Amino acid sequence: MAGLTHVIEHRAVQYRRTFRSSVFTSFLSPLLFLTAMGVGLGGYIDRSGGAALGGLTYLQFLAPGLLAATVMQSAAFEATFPIIGGLNWQRTFHAMYATPISPRDIAFGNLAWMAVRLAMISAVFTLIIVAFGAAHSPLVVLGVPVAVLTGMAFAGPISAFSATQRNPSKFNVIFRFGITPLFLFSGTFFPIEQLPSFLQPVAWLSPLWHGVDLTRGLVLGTFGRDPVVMVAHLVILVGIVVVSSWATAVTIERRLVRG
Amino acid sequence: MPETSTTPLIHARGLTKKFGDFTAVDAIDLDVAKGEAFGFLGPNGAGKTSTMRMIGSVSPVTDGTLTVLGLDPRTQGPQIRARLGVVPQQDTLDTELTVRENLVLYGRYFGLSREECGRRADELLDFAQLTERQNDEVEPLSGGMKRRLTIARALINEPELLLLDEPTTGLDPQARHLLWDRLYRLKQRGVTLVLTTHYMDEAEQLCDRLVVMDKAKIVAEGSPRQLIDRYSTKEVTELRFPPGVQDSLDGKLDGLAERIERLADRVLLYADDGEAVAVAAHERGLEPETVLVRRSTLEDVFLRLTGRSLIE
Repeated sequence: MAGLTHVIEHRAVQYRRTFRSSVFTSFLSPLLFLTAMGVGLGGYIDRSGGAALGGLTYLQFLAPGLLAATVMQSAAFEATFPIIGGLNWQRTFHAMYATPISPRDIAFGNLAWMAVRLAMISAVFTLIIVAFGAAHSPLVVLGVPVAVLTGMAFAGPISAFSATQRNPSKFNVIFRFGITPLFLFSGTFFPIEQLPSFLQPVAWLSPLWHGVDLTRGLVLGTFGRDPVVMVAHLVILVGIVVVSSWATAVTIERRLVRG
Repeated sequence: MPETSTTPLIHARGLTKKFGDFTAVDAIDLDVAKGEAFGFLGPNGAGKTSTMRMIGSVSPVTDGTLTVLGLDPRTQGPQIRARLGVVPQQDTLDTELTVRENLVLYGRYFGLSREECGRRADELLDFAQLTERQNDEVEPLSGGMKRRLTIARALINEPELLLLDEPTTGLDPQARHLLWDRLYRLKQRGVTLVLTTHYMDEAEQLCDRLVVMDKAKIVAEGSPRQLIDRYSTKEVTELRFPPGVQDSLDGKLDGLAERIERLADRVLLYADDGEAVAVAAHERGLEPETVLVRRSTLEDVFLRLTGRSLIE
C-alpha cells in the first residue's frame, strides 16, 4: 500500500510540470464542444421541438453524456503513452521495480493516478456545464464519480494492453476503431433509440453507453425510471474496472520480470 | 541460511536461468564476500546481465540456489531490493524531472522521509559532482552525467551491495575515468561492488576478483593478476603486417613464442620476454609494419580461454 502512494507521488511531481497547459486543455475541450454542439446545434434542435428528449433542452441532454465521453478519451490517452513510456522509453517502471516496490504497486499506483487525473478533468468539465446553465439540478455533481468510473473502465483494459506493447503502432487502431466510434455512437449526441434497431443491442457492448446512460440518469435525476438498468450499468462498469486492473497488474509484472 | 559475519553477500550454486529452450546462465557457482569488488567479465550475450538480474531479485531463478544478503530472492525479493543499489545497463532516469527530483523521489520508494531524502540528495549531488545541475532537467545532461546521476540514485538507500551492469559502456574516456574514480571511492568506503563489463581495463582497474563468463558459463575465476599469470605469459609481442602478408606467413612464426594467436589484423606472440621475440622475428627476416611489446592483459586471458576477442 505504501508503495502505491509513492508511485502516485511520483506521477504527481511529473504532472506539476505540465499542469498549466493541461488545465487549459481541460477547460478548452468542453468549452468548444458545448458551444458548438450544445448551443449551436442545440438551439437549432430545440426550435424544431425537442419532444424526443423528454422536455430537456439539447444542451441539458448532451452535457452529461459528453462529460462521460470526454473522460473516456482522456482515459485512453493516459493509459497508453505513460504506460508504454514507463516500460520501454524512459523505463522508469524498471527503476521502481529495483526498489522494494512491487509490480502490483506500480500497476495500481498508475491506475490510481489516472483516476485522479480523470477526476480533475471531470470536475473542470462540470464547472463548465454549470457555467453554461446546462445543469438541470445540483445532482450535476454526481456526474464526476460516474464519469471517472466510466473512464477507468477504459483506462484499465487499455493499460493492460499497453503493457504488452513495445511501441505505440497499435494505439492508432484503438483510437480510430475503438474510441472514436464509441464517442459518436454511444448515446452521447443522440439517444441510441435513433440507431437502426439491429444496432441498438450492440450499444450494450459499449462501456461508454453504460457510462453515458448512468451519468445522464444520475445528473438528470431520471435514475428511478429504470433502476434495474441503472444498477446493471454500475455493476458492469465496476466489473470491468476490477477485472482489468488485475489484468494490468499481471501484464506489467510479466513485462518487468522479462527485463 | 542465517546471516553471520562470514556469510557471503552473494552465494550461488548451480545457478541457472532459462528463457524457454535458451539457457542464458548455465549452472554457475559464485560467492561474493562483504567489501569485495567483484566483476563479471565477458562479451555481450555471455549471461552477465541475466545473472545480475537474478541477484537483483527482479528475475526469477530457473534452477539452483541463490542467496543475496543471506535472503532468498524467491520469497524475500522486496527485502533484498531494499538493501541493494542497482545501476542498470540502460539508464532508467525520469528525464522529465530535474536531477534533484530524481534522487528525492527515488528515496521515497525506499520509505525514507522527504527530509531524509533531501539530506541524502545533497550529499549525493556533491559526490556525483552534479550540485550545480541539480535543478536542471535530466534530458539535456551528457551521457557521463546521466551515469553519475544513476549511480548517485542507486546510493540513496545506503545500500550494502551495489550492482553495476556495464557502468561505463558508451562513455568517452574522460567520462569513464571520472566514473571509475567515483566507484573507487565507494570501494574504499567499504561498499561491496558487483559489476559486469566487457572492458578488460575496467575489470583490471576496479575488481579485486572476477569471473570470466562465456556462453552462459564461468570459464575462469581469480584476481586480475592471478588470471593473467595462470592463462597468459608476462609479455605479448604484437606484429602487424601489410595487408595480405599475414596469410602468407605459413610456418615462419613457428617456435618464436610459447603460444601464437592470429587475429584478423595482427599476430600475437606470447612469451615472457617480448623484446627477445621481436628481435628473433627480425632475425628471421620478417618485416611487420609495426611491432608492439606490451604486458599481458585480461583481453589475452579471454582470448586464451575462448579463442575470441572480448569486443567483436
